Amino acid sequence: MIEVDRVGRSFTVGRRRTRKTLHAVRDLSFTVEPGEFVGYLGPNGAGKSTTIKMLTGILAPTSGSIRVAGLDPTRRRTALARRIGVVFGQRTTLWWDLPLRDSFELIRYLYKVDQPDFRRRLAELTELLGLADFMTTPVRQLSLGQRMRGDITAALLHDPAVLVLDEPTIGLDVVSKAAMRDFLRRLNADRGTTVLLTTHDMGDIEKLCRRVMLIDHGSLAFDGTLDDLRATAPEGGSMEEVVARLYSG
Amino acid sequence: MVRTYLLLAWTWLRASAQYPGSLIMMMLGSFAVNALDVAAIWVIFEHTESLGGFELAEVMFLYGTAGLSFALADMLFGNVDRLSQHIRSGDFDTMLIRPASAFTQMAVDRFGVHRFGRVTQAAVVLAIALPQLGLSWSRTWMIPLMVVCGLVIFAAIFTLGGAMQFLLTDAPEVANAFTYGGGTLTQYPLSIYGSELVKGVTFVVPLAFVNWQPALFVLDRDDPLGLPYWLRFASPLAAVALTTVAALAWRAGIRRYRSTGS
Repeated sequence: MIEVDRVGRSFTVGRRRTRKTLHAVRDLSFTVEPGEFVGYLGPNGAGKSTTIKMLTGILAPTSGSIRVAGLDPTRRRTALARRIGVVFGQRTTLWWDLPLRDSFELIRYLYKVDQPDFRRRLAELTELLGLADFMTTPVRQLSLGQRMRGDITAALLHDPAVLVLDEPTIGLDVVSKAAMRDFLRRLNADRGTTVLLTTHDMGDIEKLCRRVMLIDHGSLAFDGTLDDLRATAPEGGSMEEVVARLYSG
Repeated sequence: MVRTYLLLAWTWLRASAQYPGSLIMMMLGSFAVNALDVAAIWVIFEHTESLGGFELAEVMFLYGTAGLSFALADMLFGNVDRLSQHIRSGDFDTMLIRPASAFTQMAVDRFGVHRFGRVTQAAVVLAIALPQLGLSWSRTWMIPLMVVCGLVIFAAIFTLGGAMQFLLTDAPEVANAFTYGGGTLTQYPLSIYGSELVKGVTFVVPLAFVNWQPALFVLDRDDPLGLPYWLRFASPLAAVALTTVAALAWRAGIRRYRSTGS
């Protein structure tokens, strides 16, 4: 479903004399099979967001090749957008001043979703995520938890095969977090949606991800199951400790 | 693309109706600024009979056609040259994950009533100028064509300005020199400028084809610089050429897009 083959992305920073090249991602390769739920971990600045942006077609890689849902993200960006869902925890893709319902109607048009499919999915998601109470509220007046539920709905209305989540639980309270995790687990189990999730929250990883990939300094430092990850630490310890050891190593 | 634009424009208009107070202030402000603009032209012609060899009605014709082209281009596409703001805020990333052209989404972003103001003003000036010129139908056919070509040329310049900001995220003002500068420059007869500048805006940045060259045909005037007669009909050519360059620059820019941290 996602194929990343020896991908690199560098940025030139500074002007003239102070110019240098930063390698945000270097020689990155991995494959994600359909139906997998993968956690993508890494310290700040390790290249997580750069990877996500390359997978979604926002950034072009400087070397290597990527295929997501069978498409080259940079060349077929708009076609890919119809097959994947993307959620950024730190910013909304909804229209700030519009009621949620209007944002969803726009998305229906942009993604060319049939009216009956749209109604069915929206009804489903409204129930699962409890959107009914704030469907007519402008997005700017929603709480963070409500807005995130709106963003997730927006990303799923076109029934994407892959869902990419960039820190979806950041800033959420324990109840909202639990509800969000429950929803994502069911989405993956019932619909078989492939999910790739970045997070700094080890709870997300322990509760959701069967597979964990860890990126550091732009390349994979670990790729395996949750149990394999635990086994890297000699005497057990919490997930935070296990991961912190890998970050610094 | 056109349907997407219209739908998004309608959406933004409805969104702006969420702030009725601001909407009314914006309309009043826009009206006041434009009224002052018209007053300024009137003041100039209280003190002079002709400008660069052209009389009042002719200058108003040049002002009106350039103004209309520029105002329409600014209304429809002007937001493209605010790209660097959208890059810095991260909005541009969210445009790229939607299945619609990033250019369309940029152009229509935050569409509001404030965009209509200058169009009305330019149209009024043109409407006052036209009856005074006593033009024959054998020449007026050029007027709608020149306004459309002018619109396309300005839209292409806005796009070039936007494309440049993929590289120079910190210097959007460089682009403004050409967009708003070009808008102002074409409002007057080019004969008031030096011949080097006129050649520059004919053959390098083709601003002379917005209104100057076709207007020489409409008004049946000799070219003060003695440039070839056929250039008067070359506006569509200039518009197509510049649009091609702008489209290529925009595409190259998107490929070089660097996004922001986070």
